[in-house]
Amino acid sequence: MSDLKELAKKLESLDDQIISCMKCGLCQPVCPIFNSTMQEADVARGKLALIDNLSKHILTDADALAEKLERCLMCGSCQAACPPGVEIMDIFMKAREVVFGYVGLPLIKKLIFRQMLAKTWLFNTAMRVGAPLSRLVFWKTNKDHGTYSAPLLSPIIGKRHVRPLPLTPLHVAVGAMDTPAGSSGIKVAFFSGCVGDKMYVDMSKACLKVLDHHGVGVYMPKSFPCCGLPAIVSGDADGVLKQLKPSLDLLMKGEFDYLITPCGSCTATLKEFWPKYAPRLSKEYGEYAEGLEHKVMDINAFLINVLKVESKPTKAGAVKVTYHDSCHLRKSLGVISEPRKVIGLSGEYEFIEMANAEKCCGSGGSFSLAYHDISLDIGMRKRQDVTESGAEIVAMGCPACMIQIEDVLSQKGDKVRVKHTIELYAESLDK
Amino acid sequence: MSIEALAKDIAKIIGKENVLTKDADRQSYSYDSAVLEPVIPAMVVRPTEVEQLGLLTKRFYDAGVPMTVRGAGTNLSGGTIPDSTDSVVILTNSLNKVLEINEEDLYAVVETGVVTSVLAAAAAKKNLFYPPDPGSQSISTIGGNIAENAGGLRGLKYGVTKDYVMGIEFFDAEGEFIKSGARTVKCVTGYNLAGLMVQSEGTLGIISKAILKLVPPPKASKAMMAVFDDLIKASEAVAAIIAAHVVPCTMEFLDNTTIVMVDDYTKIGLPRDAAAILLIELDGHPAQVEDETNTTIEVLKKCGATNVVLAKDQAEKMKLWEARRMALPVLARAKPTTVLEDATVPRSKIPDMMRGIESVANKYNLTIGTFGHAGDGNLHPTILCDKRDKAEFHRVEEAIDDLFDIALKLGGTLSGEHGIGTAKAQWLEKETSKGTILFSKKLRKALDPKSLLNPTKQVNMYE
Ligand SMILES: Cc1cc2nc3c(=O)[nH]c(=O)nc-3n(C[C@H](O)[C@H](O)[C@H](O)COP(=O)(O)OP(=O)(O)OC[C@H]3O[C@@H](n4cnc5c(N)ncnc54)[C@H](O)[C@@H]3O)c2cc1C
Ligand code: SF4
Ligand code: SF4
Ligand code: SF4
Repeated sequence: MSDLKELAKKLESLDDQIISCMKCGLCQPVCPIFNSTMQEADVARGKLALIDNLSKHILTDADALAEKLERCLMCGSCQAACPPGVEIMDIFMKAREVVFGYVGLPLIKKLIFRQMLAKTWLFNTAMRVGAPLSRLVFWKTNKDHGTYSAPLLSPIIGKRHVRPLPLTPLHVAVGAMDTPAGSSGIKVAFFSGCVGDKMYVDMSKACLKVLDHHGVGVYMPKSFPCCGLPAIVSGDADGVLKQLKPSLDLLMKGEFDYLITPCGSCTATLKEFWPKYAPRLSKEYGEYAEGLEHKVMDINAFLINVLKVESKPTKAGAVKVTYHDSCHLRKSLGVISEPRKVIGLSGEYEFIEMANAEKCCGSGGSFSLAYHDISLDIGMRKRQDVTESGAEIVAMGCPACMIQIEDVLSQKGDKVRVKHTIELYAESLDK
Repeated sequence: MSIEALAKDIAKIIGKENVLTKDADRQSYSYDSAVLEPVIPAMVVRPTEVEQLGLLTKRFYDAGVPMTVRGAGTNLSGGTIPDSTDSVVILTNSLNKVLEINEEDLYAVVETGVVTSVLAAAAAKKNLFYPPDPGSQSISTIGGNIAENAGGLRGLKYGVTKDYVMGIEFFDAEGEFIKSGARTVKCVTGYNLAGLMVQSEGTLGIISKAILKLVPPPKASKAMMAVFDDLIKASEAVAAIIAAHVVPCTMEFLDNTTIVMVDDYTKIGLPRDAAAILLIELDGHPAQVEDETNTTIEVLKKCGATNVVLAKDQAEKMKLWEARRMALPVLARAKPTTVLEDATVPRSKIPDMMRGIESVANKYNLTIGTFGHAGDGNLHPTILCDKRDKAEFHRVEEAIDDLFDIALKLGGTLSGEHGIGTAKAQWLEKETSKGTILFSKKLRKALDPKSLLNPTKQVNMYE
């Protein structure tokens, strides 16, 4: 597609959805990017107007539109606040696909998404080679977090404090699993997500431990490809399909009642986007993904709503824990009370609500890399709310948020620890 | 001076990153919340210090460039849509410091771009209360609130923005600095220029700072819902409550169309066959609230309310208010275009106005849901349509004409709180007089001889 007219025409099909925007601006105060840049073109109202303008030939600069569309965490905060319920995320996804297709995906992204993520072995090898290597290039900087900054890699990742990759990822440490339903009578498929597989391996192990503790059988093939979210937000439909097919093939081989993930973003992707993309593979895949929609569940919601685990009374001197709402969990999936309840399950922790818990942390995959300054600015606001809460631990239900929040806390040398809600619960099982 | 040269010159004052000239950036300041055609400005500037406002204004005035000041761009009358493609838009949202919350003398000093709810929260943190609460409070700026004299749900008891303005600092068209009002309750130094700036919609000067009154927060509150099978009874109840010397802090009204649509969507179990419901909140000292609650219930029953539901706790109160909170979102979901009107009549004329709205809806074959601030006679007839349907939208425009006529005949006004801008400028003379228009023009010509401040707003200086 090289013709601007053709691009305009493709965008015109979004008119029926965009027209519902009443330009009220209520998407403004909730948009993390806007709160950092204060620019109208960064907020949903502005982005929608620009998409509309391109379709009407008022805007002719497709590169500029692509850039504006990319300045977005795809966090869904705007859609959740929108009075007329404009399907903003759907519009952005579709616009990204055609506009990025027109201007061409930046080469590096193409490489990452098409090559590495689809070919699980390549990704895994790269990460495994990278793991021991990362210990050389990363300097240890904050021992409370176990995070390192990476002076040699700083041109790529800026001054980020990320933890080094563990020597063994989940799929090597645990391998494939296929255990029958235990006392609960339930069997689940477990989708750790790439961060859960390669970075927060202990978190994934904690999930498996909790499932085992409650007599839940687990189906986990040796290794799933990425859920596809990075490719989806990059508008790279081919890349999405290349990751989706092997995932569906693996799932089709297993038997399970629920498909559980510890990652809010993965859950939202599996539930909302797989059914939208799968029909492009074939009718059969489409129907399968559609059927999955009702099985996909966040692990916190599973513990509370399906297993109905009861909480114990809070002990005296319990550790104070606050909670950060991952955007996808709260805004796309409506999982709000469940993770908070999980914190309270064991009685070992006292839950305290922090200010602005529902606000995005600024982690957005490639966004955090491309717009490091904005991402950091948003993250630092979150840090302030976390530290002001007085909690010793900040828990959350999304590994992508964990990376970001560990980063900002570590940069400021804060003592607050970052944990997945399930990790807290799993630790309490030993006490 | 060419616009490029001007941009370079301006960049020296406020920095390159704060001068926006690219297409995509300019286009995102071509609209506001009004249902009107966008106009793309030539340049957009974003000062980061209030003093820069004066320097900028002077440059633009000298260069003869029309100026539109923009807060959050949430006004509903086109006040921030540039007057021409030569215009420059001046953004105030980076001038957003709360400079002082004074607990002893009960006032706040803020820069113009402070968001309304941010000020309210800063006051609340010190156990003080800033009452004006427009529906857009989480977005709108104090400058925009002052320039539109924004109201809100609490207008009946607490008044509107103008009742909280103690002083204003602003720059005139030529960049001169003007200061009016003070931190004192009483101040008669000079003309009441702060008063003149209220409701001025960016046509008389550019507000940089404001001193705003704060009040102690009420200690208790109580919410209730009253159901009516007849509009007349509902509006008699509104008048009767006030006649009984009870002034609720809010008294909101929802008509049958709105009730049914909200209930369809939320399934919260609203009385679907009611002609209207009133949502009432009383606040003040606990004993007084108790006393007034009893009086209000008595009056409501006497006026023929078929049911009165009193919220027992915070959760029930939230549930009652859910119906009002959802009114606009639900109406807005029904059709692609939502035209939010603002005709206001004396309280006692609400039934006549409602009958008028109904006849207009029938005459032009349109769906109109009405909700609003019953205590203030400030109704929001909301027309649901699709602006792409030319024939239908023409009927909408005619319907709006009729609505204004009806409101004026009932002794009401074009706009209770949404302002005139360009959307309603053509009807202004009808409500006021030819002399009013002339006086306004003379005033503006004297203060802004080149007519560069928002020239087509309120009264069109190009005509
Ligand atoms: C969902 C929604 C609900 C609303 N509810 C209400 C309501 O309940 N009550 C109500 O009264 N209004 C309401 N409004 C209308 C609107 O929000 C108010 O008029 C508000 O005061 C506008 O503030 P703003 O910062 O967006 O101003 P803008 O829209 O940016 O500007 C409004 C006008 O003020 C001028 N202006 C802005 N800043 C300055 C300055 N520094 N100096 C001089 N002039 C300036 C502009 O030129 C323009 O003419 C609502 C709007 C929406 C979208
Ligand atoms: S909240 Fe929704 S309707 Fe309002 S401006 Fe944003 S996208 Fe448009
Ligand atoms: S998805 Fe998030 S970052 Fe993107 S426009 Fe909406 S609120 Fe802003
Ligand atoms: S959503 Fe993010 S964290 Fe989850 S699998 Fe996909 S890329 Fe990994």
